[in-house]
Amino acid sequence: MSTPNVSDILYQGLWKNNPGLVQLLGLCPLLAVSNTFINALGMGMATTLVLTSSNFVVALSRPVLREEIRIAIFVLVIAGFVGVVELVMNAYFYELYLILGIFIPLIVTNCIIIGRAEAFASRQPLWAATLDGFVMGLGFTLVLLLLGSMREIVGSATLFADAHLLFGEWGQHMSISFGEDARGILLFALPPGAFIGLGLLVAIKNVIDEKLSKPKTVAVQISSPTTADASA
Amino acid sequence: MPDWLKPGWLLGLFALIFIFLLAFTYEQTRERIAIQEQLRLEAQLKEILVAGSYDNEPATDVLEIEGDKRTVYRARLQGQPVAALFKTVAKDGYSGSINLLVGIKPNGELLGVRALAHRETPGLGDEIDLRRSDWVLDFAGRSLRNPMPDDWAVKKDGGVFDAFTGATITPRAVVGEVKKTLIYFQAHQHELFQ
Ligand SMILES: Cc1cc2nc3c(=O)[nH]c(=O)nc-3n(C[C@H](O)[C@H](O)[C@H](O)COP(=O)(O)O)c2cc1C
Repeated sequence: MSTPNVSDILYQGLWKNNPGLVQLLGLCPLLAVSNTFINALGMGMATTLVLTSSNFVVALSRPVLREEIRIAIFVLVIAGFVGVVELVMNAYFYELYLILGIFIPLIVTNCIIIGRAEAFASRQPLWAATLDGFVMGLGFTLVLLLLGSMREIVGSATLFADAHLLFGEWGQHMSISFGEDARGILLFALPPGAFIGLGLLVAIKNVIDEKLSKPKTVAVQISSPTTADASA
Repeated sequence: MPDWLKPGWLLGLFALIFIFLLAFTYEQTRERIAIQEQLRLEAQLKEILVAGSYDNEPATDVLEIEGDKRTVYRARLQGQPVAALFKTVAKDGYSGSINLLVGIKPNGELLGVRALAHRETPGLGDEIDLRRSDWVLDFAGRSLRNPMPDDWAVKKDGGVFDAFTGATITPRAVVGEVKKTLIYFQAHQHELFQ
């Protein structure tokens, strides 16, 4: 595998191979914590932090990594960083921790992280691996935020509710409520809303990809757009 | 070192590094986490207690009730009991346990009730949360004489408490647990403020 350049890494993480919309490797946290914008942001930041750190350490230890123990080391590194993030969040974002608390340990089960360690960080130079971790985390966070906004607006008729959990006093003024009595459509606040919303987002991305690839494929009508790189 | 031993050493080394990293973070955050937890508890107790009606630190005046899974915080004014605040759990909510804070005055009257933590369905069961509706405020001033014990139930079960439309399970659980706490208080009042 040759070393990709910066724009390659950005394009892969944010669009072409987006962890939330294409790789679909982090469904558990993506579906569970996307019920409000602030929950999504908290989860996204925690995941990005773990992903960047683990890619960094995995790439750093590349010279000594051994084939037969690499998976054990990845798991150790990821679990270690998740533990650190959990403690830091508990100490400095206590209110948010109370909400996200049970989902933080689940970052360990987010296969994006071990996926990037195995597929990218263990084969690439330090800078590329660190950037890839950050960009993949960003791509995941953006999808979380989109889904979180959608579900919060439709499901609870609010946006940025509880922003003070992340932003302190200043966040109190951020919350938007669409009318005192607006209740929202419950379905979207509940788990089905996560599946429906994610399905819509994936569909929208595919439509855009199709539109973008049209000019090139106009001559060869049968060639299908490259939307199926979902690697399980 | 023989070649077959190397992976083991390497794994051990990584484990050691991360043990130190975690231990260090734990040491650095431990104090702050303890403070945060204490602050949250104090804020919760203050929500129910009337400011100025007590002069001790209820959050540190704790009584753990063995075998009953209840914790009692005691508010006093010049040593005299002002309120007993029970942290207790209604186990039969719609989605598992509902953690409640139940404040009771020495005369057996409720000072107030709050849902501290729950996972009830948004829009259905979560009206027990003060951020959602003021349903819990109805408890203040009630006691086992108001209404009489037999009427301590939601309207659907022949009691006096409102339930939410299409969601009776959650309020039933809360009303039941508050009643149990009141009965417990009545039976143990004298030991509670020892
Ligand atoms: C998805 C879903 C979530 C529900 N969540 C709650 C809840 O949080 N609290 C509750 O009391 N009932 C909840 N219910 C309703 C209960 O199943 C039950 O029908 C209701 O509490 C009975 O109320 P009723 O006697 O007024 O009809 C939920 C139902 C569904 C389908």
